[in-house]
Amino acid sequence: MRKKVIVDYSDRKWVPFWKRAKQTKLNRSKAGNGLLFGVMFICGIFMALPLIMIVNNTLKPLDELFQYPPKIFVRNPTLENFTDLFVLMSDSWVPFSRYIINTIIITVGGIIGHVLVASLAAYPIAKHKFPGRNLLFSMVVLSMMFSWTVTQIPQYLVISWLKINNNYLALILPAWSFGMGLYLMKQFMEQLPDSLMESAKIDGAGEFRVFWTIVMPNVKPAWLTLAIFQFQQMWGNTGGAFLRDEELKPLQYSLQQIVQGGAVRAGAGAAVTFVIAAVPITFFLIAQSNIMETMTTSGMKE
Amino acid sequence: MATKRKIISEDAIDIAKKQGSLRYQLSKNKISYVMLAPYFILFFFFTILPVFMSIVFSFTDFNVLEMPEFVGWKNYIRLLLEDDIFMVSLKNTLLFAVITGPISYILCLLFAWIINEFKGKLRAFLTLIFYAPSISGNAYVVWNLILTGDRYGYLNGLLLKYEFINEAILWMKTAKYVLPVLIVVQLWLSLGTGFLAFIAGLQTVDKSLYEAAAIDGVKNRWQELWFVTLPAMKPQLMFGAVMQITQSFAVADISINLAGNPSVNYAGATVVTHLLDYGSTRFEMGYASAIATILFLLMVGTNKLVQRMLRRVGE
Repeated sequence: MRKKVIVDYSDRKWVPFWKRAKQTKLNRSKAGNGLLFGVMFICGIFMALPLIMIVNNTLKPLDELFQYPPKIFVRNPTLENFTDLFVLMSDSWVPFSRYIINTIIITVGGIIGHVLVASLAAYPIAKHKFPGRNLLFSMVVLSMMFSWTVTQIPQYLVISWLKINNNYLALILPAWSFGMGLYLMKQFMEQLPDSLMESAKIDGAGEFRVFWTIVMPNVKPAWLTLAIFQFQQMWGNTGGAFLRDEELKPLQYSLQQIVQGGAVRAGAGAAVTFVIAAVPITFFLIAQSNIMETMTTSGMKE
Repeated sequence: MATKRKIISEDAIDIAKKQGSLRYQLSKNKISYVMLAPYFILFFFFTILPVFMSIVFSFTDFNVLEMPEFVGWKNYIRLLLEDDIFMVSLKNTLLFAVITGPISYILCLLFAWIINEFKGKLRAFLTLIFYAPSISGNAYVVWNLILTGDRYGYLNGLLLKYEFINEAILWMKTAKYVLPVLIVVQLWLSLGTGFLAFIAGLQTVDKSLYEAAAIDGVKNRWQELWFVTLPAMKPQLMFGAVMQITQSFAVADISINLAGNPSVNYAGATVVTHLLDYGSTRFEMGYASAIATILFLLMVGTNKLVQRMLRRVGE
């Protein structure tokens, strides 16, 4: 027979939330709460509305998409737009699976390489002392102060010289040296206690072994963050001038081709917009707590 | 003094010299350099080298097919004195930066600060709502539906219904509306990495600081924010500033996708759209490099300036 556990809840009286805040927090007036949460609510609606529209539009049948006056919310939800999208996909010039495979090759290649290369470089910058350390790190910080558009043209020339033009590597290799990844990883590694690595070194482990068996398992939130941020960077890339052949183009390119079909393809277009937004948001959602943990160390000390 | 100096043996001086020498340092830290090599070789090829190439090309006439030809300051003179569209796009970019930069920065901070009052799932949800637009790729094209120029546009529909306007407004075809509308869309998109850093930074502020401050006479949340929270999260404030500034100078895609390129009367032209125009449409690489170099200097210069200002917060 199970033993009966008696828990006494009598002292845990339910307190309404507006009173609760006052009990636990200092310096919080009711008026201030009201004002700030009001601001938050209005701005939250402004932020969410376009996203709500994206979701609703994917579910609208064609007649509702062109309805007057326009309505935000869908009345007769249908998955027609997705079927339309699949039909368009299936009679594309290059088999559609090709685009998906390309995107997988490019993003997975970019992410794995970036996490490895950036972590390997972040470790000595965070934990070793050697000449040039500050110089190298400040160059990386400087690279975060301008956007890639500035270096786009010469980058294209470098890629042609390296003969990786019209090759997956043209998108993958530049992504490996993404500056913010190294920055975040270095900041995160800095907070690891030195004793962790010392004890492994006393046991005779080399630097690479320490890096792989001690450091990397302890910075899991950081490399998940790097992976997600890298994905966000690469997901929107259409290949542009770097990938000319149709067979090499990523998913994003073909999706945008569908959107450009105009009014005839409005339904499929709505589904495309949904897919484009939903994928990175889902990945963020999965890794959210890890990303927030990494960002606590993101501050610039200097 | 003289006797003391004699005590140090010649050997010790040799060792000290050796340890200080670059070659000794390099061989001692060989393993560190090996670890750095893969990243920094790529970083050199795809970031450092392109920056220098851009500066060098900006003094040449270059169309990719032929060898670049040195022309001195010609490109810059043409940019600053003869290119009216560049002046319009520079003005637009600076307006974008001056308006969206500080506003988005303050919004990031404000929302992060309010979100920090919530706990658990609700906090995670609110973070997602505010952060999602910045990562949803070019899903901002949904704004095209809101801004459609006829009665079918959501904004026109709403304004017509409540009789604020009598006839539909061509939002993206009327020069005076283009920039304000783009600024609103840019603000919608701008709660990115800096915003996440602020939320995370607020959580790391030591709770006992607030109690101590309350005893010292801090009376309300505004004082608390100014005297306790902001100084405690200064490193995050610096990081967030870099993110927001760089972003606010780089506006281009939303302008091209919402207002078109070229836009009406170049009302939506920015330095980056001008750069793309010369770089990928006209193949005047020397001229485009001059634009890129000016943009580079603007971005880095503003970042450095703001960093210096922020370092003074709470001092």
